[in-house]
Parts: sequence; structure tokens; C-alpha cells
Amino acid sequence: MSRPLALGAIFLAAAVASIFIALIAGPFPIPARVVVDNVLFPIPGVVHDIIWNLRAPRALAAFACGGLLALAGALLQALLRNALADPYILGVSGGAALGALLALVTGAGAALMNLGALAGAACAISIVFGLSFRSGEWDIYRLLLTGVVLAAGLSALVSLVLVTAPHVQVKGMLFWLMGDLSYAGSPIAALTVLVTGTTLAAGAARGLDLLSLGDTKARSLGLPVKPLQITVFALAAVATVAAVMLAGSVGFVGLMVPHAVRLLGVTAYRWLLPLSVLLGGAFLTLADTVARTLVAPQQLPVGVLTAIIGVPLMLWLLGRRRLSS
Amino acid sequence: MTDAGVAARDGAPVIKCEALTLAVPGRVLARGVELEVRPGDIWAVLGANGSGKTTLVHTLAGLAPVSRGTVFVGGQSAGSRVARIGVLLQQEEATFWGSVLEYVLLGRFPRTAALFGWSIDDENASRAALAAVGLAGFEHRDYRSLSGGERQRTRIAQLLAQDPDCCLLDEPLQHLDLRHQVAVLKLIDALARGRAKAVIMVLHDVLWPARVCTHALLLHEDGTVECGPAHAMLTRERLERLYGCALREIAADGSVFFAPV
Repeated sequence: MSRPLALGAIFLAAAVASIFIALIAGPFPIPARVVVDNVLFPIPGVVHDIIWNLRAPRALAAFACGGLLALAGALLQALLRNALADPYILGVSGGAALGALLALVTGAGAALMNLGALAGAACAISIVFGLSFRSGEWDIYRLLLTGVVLAAGLSALVSLVLVTAPHVQVKGMLFWLMGDLSYAGSPIAALTVLVTGTTLAAGAARGLDLLSLGDTKARSLGLPVKPLQITVFALAAVATVAAVMLAGSVGFVGLMVPHAVRLLGVTAYRWLLPLSVLLGGAFLTLADTVARTLVAPQQLPVGVLTAIIGVPLMLWLLGRRRLSS
Repeated sequence: MTDAGVAARDGAPVIKCEALTLAVPGRVLARGVELEVRPGDIWAVLGANGSGKTTLVHTLAGLAPVSRGTVFVGGQSAGSRVARIGVLLQQEEATFWGSVLEYVLLGRFPRTAALFGWSIDDENASRAALAAVGLAGFEHRDYRSLSGGERQRTRIAQLLAQDPDCCLLDEPLQHLDLRHQVAVLKLIDALARGRAKAVIMVLHDVLWPARVCTHALLLHEDGTVECGPAHAMLTRERLERLYGCALREIAADGSVFFAPV
């Protein structure tokens, strides 16, 4: 079996296992057998409610969020031809964070906070896109710089909100900023974005490979470079916004998951994108299960655990001898 | 390699320029370029730094806008214009994260019949192209682990995999040692003679054009352009004017070579 297919099978198994574990684990442990029975033949009752109303939505939200972040990270790394690109590099999360925090300061509920995040992200995206597109000379370097500069400004504003906000609100803000799935709503919208986005992106995967040759060479081979870049930017932005609205800005997943797949020997985007989605989803589901069970009943923000779990794994992958494929 | 100027000039032109102006933003480099490139031709494009050699390649390839004049692209094979014209760029801005084979396969983009990934034909063409540049066995090497010369040959292999009717080569010999320069020129010669491909290449050397090229195009610094059969173009007076430096003519084994005084 070829390496991408083998990895695909492993990651798919990991994804199913991570969701299964998320259904079992919690302050009220449910035996694996009972979970299987309830998934196959739902019987109304307390166990049914815990599985279907609490754990399954949260597990699926974690999976969608992780998959979306990995997808956005891989897309932006291809678009910006920069290994350090992550879903937040162009200021999307900064805009969302500022919107969400301002909504929180004014005492708004969770729904309005989400709306604030959406508005902030949309503003950031339009500013970045408008400014880098305005000169008529579409240039990836300009896009990258505009995004990074805007992100820096937004991060300063977020800090300003943090230091001036009343004490009682600061903890909630920090949870949002670190990424937290406790208040994640229904995962259906995010899952739809995930499936559609992954399909579209995988369809354009050969074009993404061509982009790594540089704009001129890609154009000489007949790739419509500019339309593709705009599409990829839009896709990455939508994926990031969908993820951020579920869980705030969870770090590490979007930057590192695509690199983990590359270090495992898969670089062509037609494989890298779906593999990253599966790995990112499984990883964040697992991390969130740890986040809500490690010091239960207290919940930790999942964004802290992604790095705590991910960093050793990543360092191990980096330190390993290079795979000869 | 054989003597210059003997290739048969048959078939319709692959590329034809009429009254073409070469310009970069803010500056006109050359006016009135008239060029007719036919299957089997090997053209050398010569000129000093900044004289417009790369601009010519980009304009012919459709990568730079034509401000004045016309560029006509013919060619016999099926496929889109981009499939029929292959470009080897002087510089590549990007780094490629994958294997050598994946890199060469990208050249198949305008030709491939596969909707997702690559077909067996694409893979066979790419492996054959790698073998043609002496890189058989390098398929699964990491592209970034290659040396400068190996990368250059991989890029040439990508162009071969594309299988264009007309190859526009911007400094194809850069980074290559002498043995590989000879090998690449033999390959180019075989493409033109054996497979009736047209080749236009930017060279920096006055040794090779006389030995491999059938035609030459000289881009002078004052914006004038001369072109014609290689033996008529590659004279000491013309080259001295072109490069603005004194040359010495050395005759050996019936051939004439130029070297700076």
C-alpha cells in the first residue's frame, strides 16, 4: 500500500478512536459497550442525553475545529509559500478576538460574542484583502506583510481590552484567547464547511503544488494563478472563521499538523490536505478530552493542551532520521 | 553536436514576431524585433546584462504583456498554447517541499488527462525525462537535498516532461559543470534535430552558440536587434560590439573560437 493510503487508514482509525474516547471519558464514565449500544440503538435516558447532547456535539465540534485549522494552515502555507504560515497569520483570529472581547465587555451573551467574532474576522479579512489587492498588482508578499502588520495591531488592541476590562471578565477572555471548546455550539455548520472546504481544496490540489514553483513558472504551465490564490485565500479565511467561532483561537494545530504530515513523508497537496484534516481533527478531539478530564471538574482551555501534547510529538518527529520514502 | 546552420528549415513557424517592442516598466529595451522560429531551429539569444534577453523569453512565452507588435504562436501538436511552449526560467522564487519525481510531474500539468493526481503516462514521461538528464534513480530524493547543478537538470527534466513544441530556455547551462553542459546541449540538439522541436536559448557564452545553434539573435545595448543564421551573426566585429569588449579569434581544428583579449 502506498504511504498516503496507509497514513490515511491510520489517521481515519485515529479519528474514529478519538471521537469514541471522547464519548467514553468524562466525570461520569460510560463503559465502551454502553457507548456502542447507544450509538447503534439510541435508548432515551440519562446516558443517552450525556452522549448525544453533551459529549457527541463537543467531540464533533473539536474534530471540526481541528480539521478546519489544519486545512487553513496547509492552504496558507501553500498560498504564502511560507513554512511558518498558520491560520492566524493574516489577522483573522486577531479580528475575531477583538470582536468577541468587545462583545464580552459590553456584557453580551455567547451568541452575541460569536457574532462579534464573526464581524471582527470579516473586518480583518476585508482590510487585508482590500489593501493587498488595491494596487492592482496582486502580490503574495504584500498580502503576507499586510496580514502580519494588521495582526500585530489587533493583538495590541486585544491586550488593551484585557488590561482595561473588569477583573471578573478577564478569565473568560483568556479562555477565549487560548481556545476553549466549553461553549462550542452546534458543530453542524463547521462540519459542513469542513467537508465542503476539504473537497474544494483537494480538487485544486495540483494547482497548490504548482504554486510552489513560483507565480511565473505556474503561469507558464497554464495555471490561473491569481484566481486560484484568491480562492485559496477565501477558503482559508472561511475555514479559520468557522473554527474560531467554535472555539476561539486554538493555537499549534494549524501550524504544526501540516508539517507533521510532511515529516511523515507526504508532501503532494492532494494527499496532504485530507490527511491534515483527519490528523488535525483527531488531535484536537483527543486534546479536548484531556482538557475536560485531566483536572475535572475543572476544565482547561484546549488551546493550552494542544501545545503541551503537540510539542513533544513534533520534536520527536523533527529529531527522527529522515524517512527514505 | 554538428555544424551550425545545416538543420532543415521546414514546416510553419512555431513562433513568429512582427515589429515587437521589448519593454520593462519605464524603459524600452529593443524595438522592431522580427523573428521567425521554425521546427528544428536552435536559436541563441545573446546580449549584455540588462539588454532584454529574459524579457524576450517572457514576452514570447506570454508571461509579459506585448505592448507593441505581435507574437504569433503556431506548432504542430495538439494541446493548448501553454502546453506547446515550455519555459525554463532563469530564477525560481520558490522552494519545493516534495520529491524530485513530484517536481518533474508538475511539468505535466498542461498535458495530463487525469483529473486528480497524475496518470501512468505522466509518470512514465517524467521518469523518462529524469533519465534523459542523467538523474535516473533520483526520483524519490528530496528536491531540497539536490545540488545546484542537479536542481538545474531537474528543472530541465520538468520541461522535457511537458514535451513542448518550442523550448524557451533562459540560461540552461547555469550551475552546470562542463560535462553536464555538453550533455544538456546534446540533449537540446537531439530535441531539435530528432524531434523537430524549436529551441530558443539565452546563453552567456560565446563558445557554445557557434557549435550548437543554427541561428542567433543579438540584443545590442542601443536597442537595435540583429538576427540571422549563426555563422553570419557570430563574427568578431558583431560580438565585440555586442559585449563592448575586445575579442581574440582562435582557430583550431577548423573551428573558430572567441576569447576576451
